[in-house]
Amino acid sequence: MKARVFVTLKPGVLDPQGKAIHHALEGLGFGGVADVRAGKLIELDLVDETSDADIEAMCRKLLANTVIENFKIEKAA
Amino acid sequence: MKSAVLVFPGSNCDRDLAVAIKAVTGRAPAMVWHREAELPEGTDLIAIPGGFSYGDYLRSGAMAARSPIMRAVVDAAGKGVPVLGVCNGFQVLTEAGLLPGALMRNAGLHFVCRPVGLRVENSQSIFTNGYSASEEITIPVAHHDGNYQADAETLDRLQGEGRVAFRYTGEVNGSARSIAGILNDAGNVLGMMPHPERALEAAHGNTDGRRLFEGLLEAVA
Repeated sequence: MKARVFVTLKPGVLDPQGKAIHHALEGLGFGGVADVRAGKLIELDLVDETSDADIEAMCRKLLANTVIENFKIEKAA
Repeated sequence: MKSAVLVFPGSNCDRDLAVAIKAVTGRAPAMVWHREAELPEGTDLIAIPGGFSYGDYLRSGAMAARSPIMRAVVDAAGKGVPVLGVCNGFQVLTEAGLLPGALMRNAGLHFVCRPVGLRVENSQSIFTNGYSASEEITIPVAHHDGNYQADAETLDRLQGEGRVAFRYTGEVNGSARSIAGILNDAGNVLGMMPHPERALEAAHGNTDGRRLFEGLLEAVA
């Protein structure tokens, strides 16, 4: 079983990397980009018995820092 | 004083910190590798050095905070043993939950490496009793992820409880309320981005960091 964990900065948390990417896009002539937020994608290859609670615990204990980040789990077969 | 300096793969200020502690206390600290599960018996100061533990993988300090030795550190901190985290050590302490908030990428995106002005906001702690209240000192910083952030409620609490130890006197990295160093609620854990061990002797250009170690020695020994 595979699971993808998307880690994103909470709304309102300043994202200097997203800002820099935004500036770079504008520098390349791409107008019309209102905002950019950068995050992380972590792919987990799991044994089939892994429970949802375990995946969530992995996110809370290590994969995301819930002080500043949100996470979303997407499971694939 | 029986001190211990933690060493993670990628730590690079462990020796500087050990030299500073030895210079001030007269006793070399034990260098404790991250895979150890216990601190030396009777450790009365734990110092977590700067550097790039685990290559800053995932988030600065994230992997180090989950290493075996940190369980012993959390346990010791709970019993009142003083813990000093400098730079990456501060990041490790927030990731380990010993201090609130998080240290994010500098707002200006650049690695900042220069002496900065600090104001001593709390001169009553075991770490800062060598300074006078509101004194301005100069200590070098060298970091990419020193932008301290926490929710407004946490920031208000830190301020209200006198747990902001140091603030930058000018703009450095975008830190909320210019916070450069904070204490835990019991006052025995200090995390700070500036490097006091790099301002210890005249050859360093200034000695403002020395009083932190001297004050600690006086408070602990």
